[in-house]
Amino acid sequence: MADLVSVERLSKNYGPVKAVDDVSFGIQEGICFGLLGPNGAGKTTTIEMMEGIVTPDAGRVLFRGTPIGRDFKQKVGIQFQTTALPEFITVRETIELFSAFYPSPRKFDEVVALCSLEDILERDNRKLSGGQRQRMLLALAVLPRPEMVFLDEPTTGLDPQARRNFWDLIGRIKAERATILLTTHYMDEAQLLCDRVAIMDHGKILEIDSPQALLAKHFEGALIRLPYDGCCQDSLKDFKGMLIGDDFLELQTTGLDASLRDLIEAKIDLQGLSIHKPDLEDLFIKLTGSSLRT
Amino acid sequence: MIGRQFAAMFKARTMEFVRDRGTFLWNLFFPALLILGLAFAFSGKGDALFKIAVIGADDGSFSANSLEQAKLIPYARADAEVALEKLRRHQLDLVVDFGERSYSLNDQSKNGSLLRRLLVAEKSTFTEKAVSGAPIRYADWLVPGVIGMNMMFSSLFGVGIVIVRYRKNGVLKRFKATPVHALNFVTAQAASRLAIVVATSVFVYFGTNLFLRFRMEGSYALLLLVAVMSILCMISIALALSARLRSEELAAGLLNLVTLPMMAFSGVFFSLEGTPPILSRVARFLPLTRFTEATRAVMLEGAGFMAVLPDLAFLAVLTALFLGLAAALFKWE
Repeated sequence: MADLVSVERLSKNYGPVKAVDDVSFGIQEGICFGLLGPNGAGKTTTIEMMEGIVTPDAGRVLFRGTPIGRDFKQKVGIQFQTTALPEFITVRETIELFSAFYPSPRKFDEVVALCSLEDILERDNRKLSGGQRQRMLLALAVLPRPEMVFLDEPTTGLDPQARRNFWDLIGRIKAERATILLTTHYMDEAQLLCDRVAIMDHGKILEIDSPQALLAKHFEGALIRLPYDGCCQDSLKDFKGMLIGDDFLELQTTGLDASLRDLIEAKIDLQGLSIHKPDLEDLFIKLTGSSLRT
Repeated sequence: MIGRQFAAMFKARTMEFVRDRGTFLWNLFFPALLILGLAFAFSGKGDALFKIAVIGADDGSFSANSLEQAKLIPYARADAEVALEKLRRHQLDLVVDFGERSYSLNDQSKNGSLLRRLLVAEKSTFTEKAVSGAPIRYADWLVPGVIGMNMMFSSLFGVGIVIVRYRKNGVLKRFKATPVHALNFVTAQAASRLAIVVATSVFVYFGTNLFLRFRMEGSYALLLLVAVMSILCMISIALALSARLRSEELAAGLLNLVTLPMMAFSGVFFSLEGTPPILSRVARFLPLTRFTEATRAVMLEGAGFMAVLPDLAFLAVLTALFLGLAAALFKWE
C-alpha cells in the first residue's frame, strides 16, 4: 500500500545540536505508527516538521506523494506535547470554538462520546486534571475528522489509570481506520498500540518494523536478568553471552534449563534473578546500549 | 468560513475578558472612581494666581501691580482667538494685547471683575474689551482625560500582553495547527478588544455623568468616532509590539515605555498650558493627546467633524502604519 505520509532525508539543527539527522521513513494509510525514543531523541522535532509547524533545514515531507500544501491543516489533527488552552472558557466552548475553524467537523456529540468528555463539558479549561486535559486536547485533534492524527507523547505525566483510559480512546480512533503517528517513550504503550515502530535516538532512526518483527529479529527465547552493582562478581561479567547494563546483567537464551544450570555451576549469586520475554524496552536497551533516559 | 472562524474567536476572547472578574471590574470601576474622586478633590477653587495671556512684546506700559501676582503666558498674535476662547472658559483671567494696547476680561468670572477693579483703580491706559462665558469645571475637563487613559491601558495591555502570553504558553501554536489564518486571528482579537473598550468607556461616561452632569456641547456620534479611531490606533500599536515577543516581562516593559509619555504629556490630568512649546508640539504625535484634544473640543466647545478631522486623520495614518508593521512582523511562534 502507498504511504499516506513520508519523510525524505529530513534534518533539523538547533545551533550545534543535530536534533534530527537525515531521517527517512513512510507511514502507510490506516496504521498506527510509533516513533519511540528517550527524551531528546528528536521525536518532537520530527513530528513537528511533519505537521508543518517546524520548517526543516533539509529534506521534505510528502502527504499522499506531494509536498504538504495549504489545505494540509484541514486534513490533519494535532495534539502537541504541551499546549495551553484559552482561559476562562469551558470544555464545551473550546470544542465549539475549534469546530468553527474547520469546513466539516464532527458533530459535537460525536466528539464528546469519542473522547469521553461527558462529565467535564461545563468545566473551565484551567480546572482540568492531567488526564482530562489530554482527553480535551485529543478531542481538538480528532474533531476535524482528520485523515492523519499526530499525537506527541499524549500520556507523558499521566497516572497509570489515566494512561490506560487514554489508550482506550486511541483504540477507538484506530478502529475508525485513521492513520496515527504516536510518539512516546513508554515502550509498553508502543507495543500495545502500534502496528509499526521506529526507534529513534540522537536524531537518527535505529530500526523500523512491526514490534513483533523487531523482537523476532533481535531476540530468541527468553531473557535472564540479574541485578549488578557495578563492582563485584567479576565471574558474572565473564560469563559467556552476558550483556552489561547500567545496574543489571542480562543473558539471552533459547535453552532456559541449560543456562540456569550453567549459572548455578558457575556459583553465581542468583538473588534477584528474573526471567522474562523480551519486549521493546529490552530491544531499546540492546540497540542504544543503555536504559531509557527518561 | 472566515466569518465563522472570526465570530468564534471574537466570542471566545470576549468571554475570556468578561469572566476574568478582577480585570473586568477593574476596567469598569477604576476610571469611574478616579473621575469622581478627582472631581471631588478639585471641586474647590484652583490656584489663587491670575492667569494672564500676553500678546505681543511686553513693553512695560501695562499696569504693573496686577501682573505681579500673575502667571504670564505668552501667546503669538495668530493665537489671539485661542486665548480669548480660554478667557471665555475661565481658563484665563485676562488677555493683554500690547500691539492693540487693549485688554480683555470675562465679567462672569470672579477673577475678571476683581482684575477690572484693580485696573480701573490703577487708571490703565489700555482699552477694555469684555467677553463672557460660563466656566468649565475641572470635572468637565477631566472626564475625557481619564476615559482616554483607561482606553489606552485597556487597549495596549489587553491586546499586547494577552498575545505575548498566548505565544509563550502555546495557545498560538495550537491555533497555528488549525486552518485559521494569522490575520483572521489577530483581527478577531482586535475587534473583541475594541468592543470591550467602547463598552467600558460608554459605561464610565454615562456612569460618572449621573453624578457630575458634565458639559457636552457637541455630537455623541462624533465623540464615538473619535473614541473608536483612538482605540484602533492604540490596539494597532499593541499588535505591532506583541508581533514577535515571547516574554511577558519584556512586553510589559515596552508597553510601559509607550504609555508613560502619554500619561505625562497628553494632558490626562492637567493642562500642558504654559509648558515649553516644543513639548506640546512633540505631544501632538501621541495618540492619546489627539484623543484628549479632540474629545475636549467636541465636549467643551461643541467642535464639529471638520474641526477634529486633522486629529482623526492623524490617528488613521498612525493606525495604518502600525497595522502594517504588525502584519509584516507577526509570528505565531
